[in-house]
Amino acid sequence: MTKKIDDKTIAYVSTLASLELLPEEKESAKKDLSQMLDFVDCLSQLDTEGVSPMSNVFNEVNVFREDEVVNSDGSEATLHNAPEKKDRYFVVPKTIEP
Amino acid sequence: MDINELSALELGQQIQKKEISVKEAVEASFQKIEEKEPTLNCYVTTDYEGALLQAEAVQDRINRGERMGALAGVPIAVKDNICTKNLRTTCSSKMLYNFVPTYDSEAVTKLKNAGLIILGKTNMDEFGMGSTTETSYYGVTKNPWDITRVPGGSSGGSCAAVAAKETFLALGTDTGGSIRQPSAFCGVTGLKPTYGTVSRYGLIAYGSSLEQIGPIGKNVSDCAALLELIYGRDVKDSTSVVECDASPDGSFMGMLKEDVRGLRIGIPKEFLAEGLNEEVKASVLKAAHGFEENGAIVEEFSLANVSYAIPAYYIIASCEASSNLGRYDGVKYGYRSKEYQGLTDMYRKSRTEGFGTEVKRRIMLGSFALSSGYYEAYYLKALKARTLMKQEFEKAFAKYDLILGPTAPTTAMKLGENLQDPIQMYLGDMDTIFANMTGCPAISIPCGMDSKGLPIGLQLMANCFREDTLIQAAYAYERFSEA
Amino acid sequence: MKEYEIVIGLEVHVELATKSKIFCGCSTAFGGAPNSHTCPVCTGMPGSLPVLNKKVVEYAMAVGLATNCAISPQTKFDRKNYFYPDNPQDYQISQLYLPICRDGFVEIDVEGKKKVGIHEIHMEEDAGKLIHDETKDCSYVDYNRAGVPLIEIVSKPDMRSAKEVIAYLEKLRILIQYLGVSDCKLQEGSMRADVNLSVRLRGETEYGTRTEMKNLSSFKAITRAVDYESKRQIALLESGQVVEQETRRWDDEKGASFTMRSKEDAQDYRYFPEPDLLPLLIDHAWIETIKAKQPEFRDEKIKRYQTEYQIPEYDILILTENKHTADIFEATVALGANPKKVSNWIMGEALRLLKESEKDAKDLCLTPAHLAKLIELVDKRVINNTTAKEVFEVMFHEDVDPEKYVREHGLKMEMEDGQLEDMIRQVIEDNPQSVEDYRNGKKKAMGFLVGQTMKATKGKADPAAINRILSELLDN
Repeated sequence: MTKKIDDKTIAYVSTLASLELLPEEKESAKKDLSQMLDFVDCLSQLDTEGVSPMSNVFNEVNVFREDEVVNSDGSEATLHNAPEKKDRYFVVPKTIEP
Repeated sequence: MDINELSALELGQQIQKKEISVKEAVEASFQKIEEKEPTLNCYVTTDYEGALLQAEAVQDRINRGERMGALAGVPIAVKDNICTKNLRTTCSSKMLYNFVPTYDSEAVTKLKNAGLIILGKTNMDEFGMGSTTETSYYGVTKNPWDITRVPGGSSGGSCAAVAAKETFLALGTDTGGSIRQPSAFCGVTGLKPTYGTVSRYGLIAYGSSLEQIGPIGKNVSDCAALLELIYGRDVKDSTSVVECDASPDGSFMGMLKEDVRGLRIGIPKEFLAEGLNEEVKASVLKAAHGFEENGAIVEEFSLANVSYAIPAYYIIASCEASSNLGRYDGVKYGYRSKEYQGLTDMYRKSRTEGFGTEVKRRIMLGSFALSSGYYEAYYLKALKARTLMKQEFEKAFAKYDLILGPTAPTTAMKLGENLQDPIQMYLGDMDTIFANMTGCPAISIPCGMDSKGLPIGLQLMANCFREDTLIQAAYAYERFSEA
Repeated sequence: MKEYEIVIGLEVHVELATKSKIFCGCSTAFGGAPNSHTCPVCTGMPGSLPVLNKKVVEYAMAVGLATNCAISPQTKFDRKNYFYPDNPQDYQISQLYLPICRDGFVEIDVEGKKKVGIHEIHMEEDAGKLIHDETKDCSYVDYNRAGVPLIEIVSKPDMRSAKEVIAYLEKLRILIQYLGVSDCKLQEGSMRADVNLSVRLRGETEYGTRTEMKNLSSFKAITRAVDYESKRQIALLESGQVVEQETRRWDDEKGASFTMRSKEDAQDYRYFPEPDLLPLLIDHAWIETIKAKQPEFRDEKIKRYQTEYQIPEYDILILTENKHTADIFEATVALGANPKKVSNWIMGEALRLLKESEKDAKDLCLTPAHLAKLIELVDKRVINNTTAKEVFEVMFHEDVDPEKYVREHGLKMEMEDGQLEDMIRQVIEDNPQSVEDYRNGKKKAMGFLVGQTMKATKGKADPAAINRILSELLDN
């Protein structure tokens, strides 16, 4: 299932990844990604008929916490590393158009 | 007496006996750091002031007669992707150049409780992505055995620091071999514990389902002592499993016995196949022979589907990484671009400027593999391949107590050699990723030198939760190979 | 014009009333200074890990059972990846592949009964809040709501009118409120409904292209939005155009919906299993435990009230609209009080006072024992109805023991019949004109005389007694 990595794909994937590649980076990303995909495409030859996917190493299940409030005011710690903050809020560029 | 020549346990003992003060131990490490750092660059951040304050507090506890563990007062270095409260934690990325956690990782909390002294944060491949510590934003770390060579990675700083005696112990993390391969390259001992036995709380995630924190030290005993400290279930980590509470009589120190009689050891033929350096192969086979001479039963066997392991591993790690690294967006912490037009641009510029090439490469791959239409062909397929590998390992461990092989197909390569060809770099992880894909514990111990004078690593893997077997065999090897 | 049919499916988000968040021990309480209910986990700090709140699973199961869903024996969480500042990890932990509940239905009654199918119910975490600066070009982020547990109830496209939509939502609201797992207030955002709507020619079997409408914060807004959107789509089709599949935002002030600025990475959320959480296995025993705790729901209650209590249908509907009022009603009747009298107090005074004080029925603090006693005090003529209403108001606010309150405030009717008769004679003597009027057939004059007597007795007489004695004296 080799897939040709074209400019459109690179543009689409960088949007998904929220990355902005320079023109030369785009070219090398195209090469990288194609190479990586060639490399991983051999997986398609592996027979996995009837095999269930393993997203956790062990068969452990049902790990819970009880419904208890154990944290107190965390605003100071939460905002400690904020690039921009004001009155205990994080500040970001406007999220909606006026 | 040169303090820096002592093992961690020896130093701990001297501190208990008050023959060496904690401050003296810390000063000795910092002397070495001052001497070596300009060449080696093992640390991203050192914390002299903090270490002295910790030393004073621990000395007080010791003087008051508080019963503390065998490693109380012993200096340790912590890999820079493990959160330390009030001590900058960068993951060797520009993205986190100013990130100062307000919380300790669970492993670090345990170290502090046991009275270990944190010297600083060690260099690594950016976010753990790499096998050479060359992708760090803070410069490469050099191999103490040959400064024209890499220390391996991603825990290159931790392993090099132990090898250069800039610390007595170190914490590393292992997502695909990141403790074991640099341990091999630097001639130290490093252990990746069973998945879920050491809390990941406060470990900055790269490949969540693969990675574990583990000990790096000068020998097996030091690693066993450190592992004993950080091992155990943590309610803050849902994937921290229950079994390890009831693990081998709760003590790894008790496993330090020179006895491998009757131990069944399997060597996968695939680990000795083409691509393996002849000198490495010879050393590994010699080690295997040593085990046989001491009463173990050693034989070669075949692991199926080996060639699918690396691609499956890279898909899983990259997919998880693409999601885990979404949070670095310039909103809550870390790097925010200086100039941008609106929100989307702020995100893109911050991430583009904050991440290095290899990180972006893997985020791109992961985002692609998870994108609409490809999920089944890549991610789901890789998870199925993982199931097959796990089954294959279960079969192997039904037959063998240990799986033996090289830690890496080569010894340390020249700086810059690997960055040229990422695929070659990924192939180098072939021996180590099985332990991450299947969750089993594995250790790398020095097993001789090549003709260039570079250390070679021997890898042993045991069945899940059988750190006891692993430690006993590694310890015994260390002993009989010395003799 | 051709005849069109409107097809509607709903995605309803319900905030669960747990004490702590879904994956950490932070409070879910409303209000609080910005970012005060946060920790490394719910703000996506590097290295933090989620641990699931068990109550969330049990609440989701309870809603699933109440809506006739099958509970999945194995369920898992997935990550939904998208960049937005209200989403601190830049992924939301949700469920895509194995949601906790599937294939249910609720029955609604709009011009006849019908079933609305429920496709699935899944658990997820809420996002933070964004506040937009009026003057500057920036927004402020508060993560207090980030990580508050939600369930999303996804219906099948089974509704055909705004009325059915409202009936369905009303049904869900009451079911969920009966379970006590959420307030379900649209206005406050603890219940949010997104409307998926398409139109097709009547008789057509294929669905048309649908749009999703967000920002509907009242039943009225939903009704208007459904009306607007269906007309918009029909107009498009009638003029030979096509309906675009898109997300639209309802603007209630303008009475219109608008295309939402599409997020550039729209709709490719790159879901994959959340590696930081383990799967859940829900066995039969666990389901049975939750089942055993399910309350009697409204429909069953209505049926039972119809046979058990001699009260009008109207009373039954009002009393059972909220589980709390129904509970008070039943408990008070169980103490021996007359059902209709209890109903009158709850439906009349209690609901009036709730409305006045802008409180919710669930906030009604009224001890059944106290209400029963109040009714008894009136029955035994210890106090009259006017006094009882005063006492009830105090009970409503402070839940006092009416007997004690009446005693301490000297509200008891202390008039013996003899004493009362003397006072009435005096009133008759003082008001000859009214007596005359009454005897001349103006029965209204009676009311005036009763009032004068009440005034003279300072309200401590039983109005029934006054009426009786007055009649005797005047008619003889």
